[in-house]
Amino acid sequence: MGALLSALLSSIRGGVHPETRKFLSAESPIEPMPIPALLRLPLQQHIGAPAEPLVARDDHVLKGQLIARARGPISANLHAPTSGRVIAVGPFPAPHPSGLPVPTITLRPDGADRWAPRLPRLRPEDAEPEEIAARVAEAGIVGMGGATFPAAVKLTLRDRYRLHTLIINAAECEPYLTCDDRLLRERAEEVADGAGIMARALGVTKIIVAIESNKPAAAAAMRRHNLGLGHPVQVRVVATQYPMGSEKHLVRAVTGRETPARALTAELGIVVHNSATAQAVHLAVRYGEPLLSRVVTVSGRGVARPANVQALLGTPVADLLAHCGGLTEDPDRLLLGGPMMGQPIRSPRVPVVKGTNGVLALTRAETRKAETMPCIRCGACVRACPCGLTPFELNARIQAGDLEGAAAVGLLDCVSCGCCSYICPSNIPLVQGFSFAKGKLAETESRKHQQEETRRLAAARTAREEAIAEAKRAAMARHKAQMAEKKRRAAEEAAQAAEEAPAEPQEAAK
Amino acid sequence: MITAAASMSALGLGLGLLLGAAARKFHVKTPPVVDEMERILPGTNCGQCGYPGCRGAAEAIAEGGAPVTLCPPGGRDVALKLAEIVGVDCSGGPEISGMTDIEPQVAFIFEDHCTGCTKCFKRCPTDAIVGAAKQIHTVIWDACTGCDACVQVCPTEAIVLRSKPRTLQSWYWDKPDQPLAALRTGAA
Amino acid sequence: MTALASAPHTHSLFTVSRTMVAVMVCLSPATAQGLYQFGWPAVILFALTLAAAWLFEIFCLLLAGRPVAPFAGDGSALLTGWLVAMTLPPWAPWWIGVLGAGIAIVIGKHVFGGLGQNLFNPAMVARAMLLVALPVPMTQWVAPSDPAHAPGLRAALDITFGAGAPVDAVSSASVLGHLKSQFDAGLPMERILAGTASLQDQLFGITAGSLGETSAFLLLAGGLCLMLLRIISVVTPLFLLGTLFGLAALARLLAPESFPPPLLHLTSGATMLCAFFIATDYVTAPVTAAGRALYGAGIGALIFVIRSWGAFPEGAAFAVLLMNACTPLIDTYIRPRIFGRTRTGKPLPLRDRT
Repeated sequence: MGALLSALLSSIRGGVHPETRKFLSAESPIEPMPIPALLRLPLQQHIGAPAEPLVARDDHVLKGQLIARARGPISANLHAPTSGRVIAVGPFPAPHPSGLPVPTITLRPDGADRWAPRLPRLRPEDAEPEEIAARVAEAGIVGMGGATFPAAVKLTLRDRYRLHTLIINAAECEPYLTCDDRLLRERAEEVADGAGIMARALGVTKIIVAIESNKPAAAAAMRRHNLGLGHPVQVRVVATQYPMGSEKHLVRAVTGRETPARALTAELGIVVHNSATAQAVHLAVRYGEPLLSRVVTVSGRGVARPANVQALLGTPVADLLAHCGGLTEDPDRLLLGGPMMGQPIRSPRVPVVKGTNGVLALTRAETRKAETMPCIRCGACVRACPCGLTPFELNARIQAGDLEGAAAVGLLDCVSCGCCSYICPSNIPLVQGFSFAKGKLAETESRKHQQEETRRLAAARTAREEAIAEAKRAAMARHKAQMAEKKRRAAEEAAQAAEEAPAEPQEAAK
Repeated sequence: MITAAASMSALGLGLGLLLGAAARKFHVKTPPVVDEMERILPGTNCGQCGYPGCRGAAEAIAEGGAPVTLCPPGGRDVALKLAEIVGVDCSGGPEISGMTDIEPQVAFIFEDHCTGCTKCFKRCPTDAIVGAAKQIHTVIWDACTGCDACVQVCPTEAIVLRSKPRTLQSWYWDKPDQPLAALRTGAA
Repeated sequence: MTALASAPHTHSLFTVSRTMVAVMVCLSPATAQGLYQFGWPAVILFALTLAAAWLFEIFCLLLAGRPVAPFAGDGSALLTGWLVAMTLPPWAPWWIGVLGAGIAIVIGKHVFGGLGQNLFNPAMVARAMLLVALPVPMTQWVAPSDPAHAPGLRAALDITFGAGAPVDAVSSASVLGHLKSQFDAGLPMERILAGTASLQDQLFGITAGSLGETSAFLLLAGGLCLMLLRIISVVTPLFLLGTLFGLAALARLLAPESFPPPLLHLTSGATMLCAFFIATDYVTAPVTAAGRALYGAGIGALIFVIRSWGAFPEGAAFAVLLMNACTPLIDTYIRPRIFGRTRTGKPLPLRDRT
């Protein structure tokens, strides 16, 4: 009853209630998967700069060996998920709707699964916060809820903000996905410990695990393991409402405080990490294991046997689907992630990466694709928008080509949660329009920036050319002067010689 | 009759004087149009427009001798901005709408054909080509404006312009189709 | 798989045609009651108006070169025709129905650009134009007849297509019309009220009036169903009825001799139809809850003003049209607060910054 009440109170403005269909995979325990024949490891599985490869073709690598190093402050290390031979380092289609080729290390596992020396273990109870953050960075851990922001960067926020709370995001508001649910049910102790370690790194003592009310088993498991590194781990049941798992909305629901626009939740003293990230931190700090695999929910009516699979990073989606009994029919859409924000992919050859929490094969009955009709101004999108925007108006402005106008009424505050497109009775692809507009605006911005750069370069070149010309002229003048001097001197010498010359014959005449 | 005419004339005269004074007092100095246009043009002086540098092109447009669509590297955006300044109707002008929103172009060097003659990088207005004599040259795409200058000087025709390769960072979804309201069965 | 589409990859069951069907279903009890009590002429007029609306829709789509199937099948034209029929005198001749449907679909909707583009509620445009252009046939009410004396099918065809209604049948007046004419004639309010139908009769629609507006109770029930189905929000009807009731009560309190009791305002005329089925039209109403509150309150106030001091006894159509005109303004100025920002659009102030 208390849980129900708290869930009722912890809701957010707007939002939608899509059918969760979590029952498809919620009762399947996390299962390991045999090592696939090939692993494809894109150098960029995170937000920020791509990692720099440290291996070349035909190198033999061991499990856990660093194969690509973070480049710059916002980047992440990449480790070999198993032992084997590198058979290629080159472009391969990204696990992304564009399917653009990205630099990828292809590994042929040797089946021995031999470990390289692990990272030295840390005792988090005594470790300095900086040490913990460094270890998390070394292990290549990124935000595993899908945002893939390097986790270590978020663990060093105490330098700049006065923090007091760590929220572990286990809301898992996306339909179908059950990987965090299973993780909490089966490995609650590890999640609690990871949360404790992160709390130490952040210098906070208050830990809250936020779980949606439709996952009572996970909440119960978490309540059993309610100590993380000596700090009490508080379980907070929040309303089952999409998009509860959105960072700022979760903070709003749990603490009642609203993060200002364009700011981090750290401004409020709160840091949010995903539960799978917490578990990865536990493994990295306690056992020196870098991030090599993750739990992936394979689900949808198009999959023969929906399951939660512990998959190595780089496992091709096709292998994962085959492990789950293959496809029952040609799916309407094949997705990485959940149905509300997931990315469709063109081919099942692309790999699972650090941020892949789900692989969904959705049938037509599930996608409910229908023809787009004109907007009837019903206002459903306005009611559903958790960010207080007017999506129908944004869309009208974007369709009319007025992107700046759309930005003026809040386009850039959109989090692309998909509530508006989901609810729209006319099936208008609102979110796609917003993504287009945001991309286009960013492109215009970068082009403007580039034009300024170009102008600077051109000016620099002109200045340089002028300097060179000036130097040349100066050199020429000097040269001329020198020549003149030489000539003069030669003439003088000649004159002198001429003066002396008459003497010579005299001499000769002697 | 006379009073009416006189009063109307006086009124007209007074108001006219007032207007004249106001025009003097609130006169806004318009910025020289050529400078403004030069700021909009890329500033690389690549010469594709056929005028001596961007300044020359701006002067030519200001004198009315050149169309606003003269700058290929600037593309549609620059044409639209120029049109705004010189007051050309840009809504349905055939020239501008004919300029499709082309993707930005960059130079690409076929390394097999490159002899390392250094002509191109001497010519490049933004120093976007790096290389040395007898060495294969390469293009820094971030600095290249696709101005075509290098293509023209290459003796072995080893340089072509290509659209800038898209990356995951620069990729975005296409604009979704208009809803059915805008569809016309005849046109579709 | 063909071209990829962006997220989200699933959709609610909420669609345009489902919405239209739901509104029609919720409108049907009141309609059925009207058709039953006004007999065959009403049935013929109703069917004719709906058919005309649908055919006009197809005609306009063809003329505009738009795809016909998805638009003609979405039910929006049928609903518009339905609402037009609801506002007609039940024994009106056939051409009034066809003309009303034509005005609603062609002038009210397609001239503005079709579904979703119209500024004014099409059914109300039709009603207002008919009322102004044809005041006599638009105010010829019939008394509710008991089924025994109702005209048969043949007589009904004669009424609708032929000579028109027999004079003695159309002598009745609607409650508000009666009130207005009597009051203008100088009779005291209490005497007039004694001559109108009882409140109970008004609730169940046993009174003279337009085809679908008579039964306040059935319209209220249908409206509540729409709210339960979450198709309309509670805001507009609540503020509309609340404002109308409040103003009427205030006026009655101040000058009981010149104003009818407030309940009469709610049960008579097209108040209920307007509150639940006309003012809640998506296309022509504001989208935010606060905007809808203002819009509803505006309609309620205008209805009261027009009824009390205007030239027409019945003001719903004009009130709705006037507020329709304000909708773009309301939508521009009343918008939701953006998450993380103040009402003025600035980011919320930072508090804990060290």
